Formats: sequence, C-alpha cells, structure tokens
Amino acid sequence: MLEVNVHGKFFGGQQILGACRLSLQAGERVSLLGPSGIGKSTLLRIIAGLDKAYQGEVKRPAATAFMFQGPNLLEWRNCYQNLLIFNPQATLAEAQTALEQVGLGNKGKHYPRQLSLGQQRRLALARTFLSRTDLVLLDEPFTSLDPALKNDMLSLTRKLLDQSGATLVHVTHDAAEAMVLGSQVIAMQGQPATVQFGIQEAVMIVETGAGDG
Amino acid sequence: MADPQVLPAPWVVIEAMAELWQAGDLQMHLTDTAIRVMWAFSLAMLLGGLLGYLMGRNPLMNAWLDPWLIVFLNLPALVLIVLCYLWIGLNELAAILAVTLNKLPMVMTLIREGARNASAELRDLAFVFKLSPLAKFRHIIFPELLPHIVAAARAGLAVIWKIVLVVEFLGRGTGIGRQIHTQFSIFNVTGVLAYALSFVVFILLIEFLIMQPLERYANRWRQDA
Repeated sequence: MLEVNVHGKFFGGQQILGACRLSLQAGERVSLLGPSGIGKSTLLRIIAGLDKAYQGEVKRPAATAFMFQGPNLLEWRNCYQNLLIFNPQATLAEAQTALEQVGLGNKGKHYPRQLSLGQQRRLALARTFLSRTDLVLLDEPFTSLDPALKNDMLSLTRKLLDQSGATLVHVTHDAAEAMVLGSQVIAMQGQPATVQFGIQEAVMIVETGAGDG
Repeated sequence: MADPQVLPAPWVVIEAMAELWQAGDLQMHLTDTAIRVMWAFSLAMLLGGLLGYLMGRNPLMNAWLDPWLIVFLNLPALVLIVLCYLWIGLNELAAILAVTLNKLPMVMTLIREGARNASAELRDLAFVFKLSPLAKFRHIIFPELLPHIVAAARAGLAVIWKIVLVVEFLGRGTGIGRQIHTQFSIFNVTGVLAYALSFVVFILLIEFLIMQPLERYANRWRQDA
C-alpha cells in the first residue's frame, strides 16, 4: 500500500535524512516520533510528493490526503466551497454530512474568518476525509492547540480514521497522540535521521536458514 | 472679489457646462476621452498583470525585466508621450500606447508584490489535493492577487486619466484634454474649468458606481465573526 525507500535527503550540503524505509499495509497506522528538526516533516513531505529532491523512491496510493500543521483554508471561499473545491466529485449533501460529522452542520455558508480556530481545524479535518482516501498523512496538526481542543480533534480524527479504514502516517513529538489515534510509534533518531518499519528482509533471511524438519 | 476672468463663480462654470452639454460638445469629448482611458486602462492592467505575475513567480524573468521596470518607472510621462508621437505618428495608436506605457510599470510593480507574497502553503494544498490548473487559478492564484489587482486599478485609473488629458493636449483633435488646450489658448478660464470639472464628475461616478462596489464584492469574505 505504501512503500517508502529513501536513501538520503540533503539541505544545502547537509544530510538531513539517511535510510528511511517504511512499508505499510492497508489500514495500518504509524506515528513518526522525534524531536523537532530531526526531519519528520521532511520525510512526510517526501511521502506526499511535495518534496521531490531526494534520493530513493516512494510508492503511494493515488487517493492520498494530507493535513497540514495549520488549517490552510481558502479564506475567500465559504465552508462548503472549501470542501468541494478540493473534493470535486463530492456532492453538496456529502459536504453537509461531512460538516455535521465535525460539528459544523450550520456553518456551511460561513467564511473561515467567521469560525473559531478550533472550528477552522475541524473544517480542515472534514476536507481531509471527505473523499475516499487510502492514505492519510498528518503533519503535526494537533501541535499548538490547547489541551481541550487537542483532545477533541484527536478523538474526531480517530473516529474518521475508523470509518474510512485509511492507512495513516502521522508526524508528532507527543507519544500520547499516537495512543489516542491507535497508531504504532516509530522513533526517528540519529544524524542523519533514519527509520525502518515493516520491512520483511530479516524474516526472509531466517526462513532461508531454517532446516530442521 | 476675484477677477471673474481668472476665477469665475461656481454657478458660471456650471452654466457653461450646461451650455456645452446642450450643444452636444461635452458628451462627444467626454466619450472620446473615456474610450482612450478605457483602452489604456485595460491594456495596462492585462499586460502589467501578466508581466508582474511572471516577474513575481520567476526569478529569471524578474532579473531580466527589473532594469527595464526601473527605467520606465522613472521615465517622465512627457518623454514617453513625445517619443510615441514622434515614432508612431500623431494618431490614436500612439496616444493609447503612450498612456499604457506610462501606467504599465506601476501595475507590474503592484502585481509582482502580490505574486511574491503568494502563500506556499496554499500551493502545497493545491498539489496534495491534485487541483486542476484552472481550479488552482480560480480559487487560489486569482483570489490571492485580487487585493493587489484592485489596488492597481484604483491607483491606475487616477494616473491614466491625468495622462490621457496630457496626451490629448499635445496631439489629438478631440477629447477633454484637447478642449482644455483650446480654451487655454483663448484664455477662457470658465471653459477650462467646465471641461475639467465634467471629467472629474465622470471619474467620481466610475469610482462610486463601479470601483467601490467591485472592491466591496472582492472583500466580502473579510467580514469577521
């Protein structure tokens, strides 16, 4: 479903990422954990296709959704339009249902500036999950939120993930987030940072060596 | 009391305007000037918008065009007008081109600024949601530029009609500028004021009936909760 095989990523001559290999099955959820500046977001941008200047290759499903650190909304379009412009195959009724799921059922014709910060985040969440999506990438969308709002957003995200059955790659520096989302924690460490998850090579070597039958 | 020859009373000017209107002169010259303003305005906005946007997004284009931009920004309007008339001839094309070239650098500068300030996050958003180029233009690029386009249009209209009058003064047979020339040569201050004032009224109408409603429409999303 998702195959990441990055050998290296450089920024101005400095190597940020070393070998980063991830292999995820459909519906699997992982949280990339590590201190800020280690390259988590860089790796996520590579996975999303936003960053193409790296060595290696990434195989991702066509239906990939991405949630940014900020709500990243079109301030000049109302809530319905913010959902439908990015999900053109969805109907107005589906957009309304998506808004209701995140508690914005009566805000369809409001502009983002008329929403509170929490409501803007929930709108961004609805946009991420409106279309059928096989892979969801979350780039620290819960950072800098107050605890109540953060819990609210996390449980809502969990609910939408359960409903959609999508695979998840989530970047964070808070292990508690992974608990709520039900994802496995992968620590990113070292300089350049490396990470390995779900690669089957080790198992294959054991199998070739097995012979006591 | 001021000499009525130098500063006529307001009602005298208004009377003169009414007479010119009844004779049909005022409408004719107003229309000619308005058409020149419209052409120069449209051309400058279209060309300036396109070039400014390219300069804002493309460093190579900017490096190439920036010296020219500075030259044209600092070139006196009069020099451009005289050169256009000399090189192209005393015709409509030269007149409109001279006004357009005078206005172009300002539009380019304003739109370039808008293009430079475009949000990288929204471009990322368009990429991950696979927005079509048309949808990206309609929903991201154009709305982001709109405040800069409106600013360029507002400032531009004011500059353009002043330059159009000079262009007409120097080399056209019709228009408000030409009439001011005629009235000036016979030292008819009332006539100069009557023509000038009617064009001011015309510009104010455009401002209140077109520009301001347009600006309100463009900014309707800025209303806060």
